Amino acid sequence: MSRRTAATERRPERAGEGARGLRAERVSWQAGGRLVVDGVDLAPEPGETVGLLGPNGSGKSTLLRLLAGVRPTASGVVTLDGDPLPRLGRRAVARRVAVVEQHSETGVELTVRDVVRLGRIPHRGAPWAAADGADDGSAVDEAVRHTRLGALLDRSWHTLSGGERQRAQIARALAQRPTELLLDEPTNHLDIQHQLELLGLVARLPLTSVVALHDLNLAAMFCDRLLVLDRGRPVAAGRPAQVLTPALIARVYGVRAVVTPASPGDRPSIRFLPPADPD
Amino acid sequence: MSAHPADPPAAPPGFTARAVRAARTGRGTVVFCCLGLVALALSVAPAITIGQAGIAAGDVWRVVAERLGGAESGLSPLREGIVWELRLPRALLAAVCGAGLALCGAVLQSLLRNPLADPFVLGVSSGASTGAVAVVVLGVGGGALSLSAGAFAGAVLSFGLVLLLAHTSGGTTDRVLLSGVAAMQLFSALTSFIVFTSADAEQTRGVLFWLLGSLGTAGWGEVALGAGVLFAVLAVCLCHAPALDAFTFGQEAAAALGVAVRRVRLTLLLATALLTAVLVSSAGAIGFVGLVLPHAARALTGPAHRRLLPVTALVGAVFLVWVDTAARTLLDPRELPVGVATSLVGVPAFVVVLHRGRRATGRVPA
Repeated sequence: MSRRTAATERRPERAGEGARGLRAERVSWQAGGRLVVDGVDLAPEPGETVGLLGPNGSGKSTLLRLLAGVRPTASGVVTLDGDPLPRLGRRAVARRVAVVEQHSETGVELTVRDVVRLGRIPHRGAPWAAADGADDGSAVDEAVRHTRLGALLDRSWHTLSGGERQRAQIARALAQRPTELLLDEPTNHLDIQHQLELLGLVARLPLTSVVALHDLNLAAMFCDRLLVLDRGRPVAAGRPAQVLTPALIARVYGVRAVVTPASPGDRPSIRFLPPADPD
Repeated sequence: MSAHPADPPAAPPGFTARAVRAARTGRGTVVFCCLGLVALALSVAPAITIGQAGIAAGDVWRVVAERLGGAESGLSPLREGIVWELRLPRALLAAVCGAGLALCGAVLQSLLRNPLADPFVLGVSSGASTGAVAVVVLGVGGGALSLSAGAFAGAVLSFGLVLLLAHTSGGTTDRVLLSGVAAMQLFSALTSFIVFTSADAEQTRGVLFWLLGSLGTAGWGEVALGAGVLFAVLAVCLCHAPALDAFTFGQEAAAALGVAVRRVRLTLLLATALLTAVLVSSAGAIGFVGLVLPHAARALTGPAHRRLLPVTALVGAVFLVWVDTAARTLLDPRELPVGVATSLVGVPAFVVVLHRGRRATGRVPA
């Protein structure tokens, strides 16, 4: 598989100690007087896969939207290589930061190729310029190769399985040639095999990825670092083996769990216990 | 397509498949648009030779040639007038209305992500009807306002109300749709109320004919205005073609692809409402063109809007030229309102679209 993607091409590795890549500094967002995201810091290392954990309503999806710049922060700032997102402008951000949502629906009849090509929209020049430049073609081809969608290119979107749809959306995101990839619970609605395949793909990509996840074992398996949110506030951050403790799981999720310490690769595994008998 | 044996069997074989594939590539768009323009010319040409006056095709062409600077046609001024002042502007207005309504339908279906959206979903046509009825029946404006001016004012008023309602209720796509439906109901009721309480039989008949859509009052003024606004709006929409593509998976997805969702939505809503208001005020509310033809065009070109929009406009133009010709000749000497004719053709076509949709979403993954 070719490693020649935007992440390795455009950015010299470890280019000094300035702010590199996507960074959230004490960001907050509120809706109806309630803080949905409350003072979160996040600074992924280039190429790293960061897992966002937390129960429903803990602010994972909202944080991803703030990171993508599609929602303005109420306070704090999200920067890309040191520049605040609003100053960069939407299109410039979309050329660097790609988003995969947990569920993509459309009534439009289109093929997988059409879906992947949507990723080139932020790179389009003037409206009268040629629809598909050489760059567009190679970005689409590369995205298709990474996601192994070659055989499905002419298939209708509506005939795809859930896993294939998510792969097509990841291909669309890669066609944006991003340096950062944000995924909101991408494994929802997928069976175990496809969950593992999908996260394996994301972890292999030479991009900085931030993934909101529900499944703690998947997070432990595929993420380099974890950030745990509880009611919008960050409550733990670090390597999976440091973060995923029975105490934290009890505190954030309110369930009892046994954590088997990491075997190879610093990856713990979690087994949940039934609720304690009330007697 | 033939390179992949795993293709779904739904791909149409032979010539159609090749034509569809050609249309989906960049060069195919140019070919398709040229074909469409030729088809349009070939539709307008017979349309102006058909009619009650029984003018020979050769004479019709001599009149057109004379007006374009050629030799004297030798026809009486009356017969010349029938060709140059009645049939030709009527055929051209049909083309402009068909193109404009289909274009608005295609844009609104993509923008509002609803296959049932049409140019009238924003309440423009019902507002126009109320305006027209207020002028004709109630005498609003004291004779200074024409029916089309009243219709245009009503359309603008109604669309303004829709935008206000949509904005105050959150401004999302479904709010725009719901506000449009509410305005449509309100203004339809107002129209019926005015007609029911104030109109005499003669006025009712005139208003009804206009409400159902009629190209009978077409003149060169309407053609020029309609064509001018049509080309301006088409240009605006083509500039926003990539943004419309980005709406495929919803507003959030469009925003993440770098689209300024609110600005694009407002621009396109204003542009389509303006075009619809101009068309409705000169030809009444011609239904179904804007609802069905974008679906037909999409089947030809695929989902990319820079191909879809011009092709939709051409398909709409050709369609309405033929339907209007049929509407004014089939029941000779009486004339069928063109809106009735479009719906008679449109409903069966719509059933076909619904069936295709069911097949597309009902297929099991291979």
